[in-house]
Amino acid sequence: MATKRLPQHDIPGTYVFDGAHHRKGYALNMMCMTLNVPENRDAFRADEEAYLDKFDLTPEQRRSVLERDWLEMLRLGGNIYYTFKIAAFDGVSMQHVGGQMSGITEDEFTQMMINGGRNSFG
Amino acid sequence: MAEVKFGVATSHVPAIGVAIDNGKEDEPYWAPLFEGYEGARKWMADARPDVVILAYNDHASAFDLSLIPTFAIGVADEFPIADEGYGPRDIPPVFGYPELAWHLAESLILDEFDMTIVTDLPVDHGLTVPMSIVYGKPETWPVRVIPLAVNVIQYPPPTARRCYDLGRAIRRAVHQWDEDLTVAVFGTGGMSHQLQGERAGWVNTPFDTSYLNRLGSEPEALAEVTHTELLKEAGSEGIELVMWLIMRGAMSREVREVHRHYHVPASNTAAGLIIFEGT
Repeated sequence: MATKRLPQHDIPGTYVFDGAHHRKGYALNMMCMTLNVPENRDAFRADEEAYLDKFDLTPEQRRSVLERDWLEMLRLGGNIYYTFKIAAFDGVSMQHVGGQMSGITEDEFTQMMINGGRNSFG
Repeated sequence: MAEVKFGVATSHVPAIGVAIDNGKEDEPYWAPLFEGYEGARKWMADARPDVVILAYNDHASAFDLSLIPTFAIGVADEFPIADEGYGPRDIPPVFGYPELAWHLAESLILDEFDMTIVTDLPVDHGLTVPMSIVYGKPETWPVRVIPLAVNVIQYPPPTARRCYDLGRAIRRAVHQWDEDLTVAVFGTGGMSHQLQGERAGWVNTPFDTSYLNRLGSEPEALAEVTHTELLKEAGSEGIELVMWLIMRGAMSREVREVHRHYHVPASNTAAGLIIFEGT
């Protein structure tokens, strides 16, 4: 099967949520979506493993959720607006998540933003 | 006759809503941002539009991956505040204007914009944060709101050109409505930001400044900016800027800029705001 390589796929450090990502991450993102409901957050809090059993995640997706590996979730089809629901559940900030994805600490990330953000990459 | 008189473009960062809800506007981190919003709130207190048509994107609140409308218009009497995963914001519900919303839906569809029509629409920070930015913390919102949800999360979003043309069609539709109403159109999201990947934290102030400078005078040129350029220059989430062109399309050809503000950072985002009055 031929795969068309599009220019938007060549932006370094950037995961474009296209159809391929949608298909890959469907179960993972839809699991995250359930955390919009308070009772589901309670169930997830009570037993994360049992909660994840209810969804058709791959072993890799499951591990990335349990380990809060934000970059790996993206690689496995996660979309940041969905996966960030787990971060909100944990009570961690977008700076924590952004820092982990870009290999710096939360404080370093926060300071980088205060200094005007990331102005060059790759 | 109803008339689109005002256009507002603003970022809709959730953390701005959290700061407002928790009274953090004077804290050192937030003060420079909110100082720039004072002018917008004063302007709004005088402008007092009857209706706001608010272009925003839903962030996995009302819609999920099972159904992704490119353009959706809210036709309900009332829109509840969404629980986005951490409980709904403690703000008043948003009241719609179903008669005008249905007129818009009918007019736009017959004008060949294939709108999705939504009645059950909890609204998230994409809609409520811009409301808080310009109205502060009222007991009830002093305006009726017609939500216009635009997909910018699933690639591809509508093109900048399509958004601009939709804005022009909205203007035509509003001006057919036989009731004396002052209408403001909001385009929200942006400016440059990237929440995801190794490039998270991306901010491009020269790009944003140019966008602010050109929005009033050269919207046709901005309507030609491609998705790839937006993703590259404004960041993966900066592509939300296409929604600013819905507002600009709905305004008169010539506009008068009445207020502008730009500040980095609001959380992980370059926050921009610009207000136009029609001529």
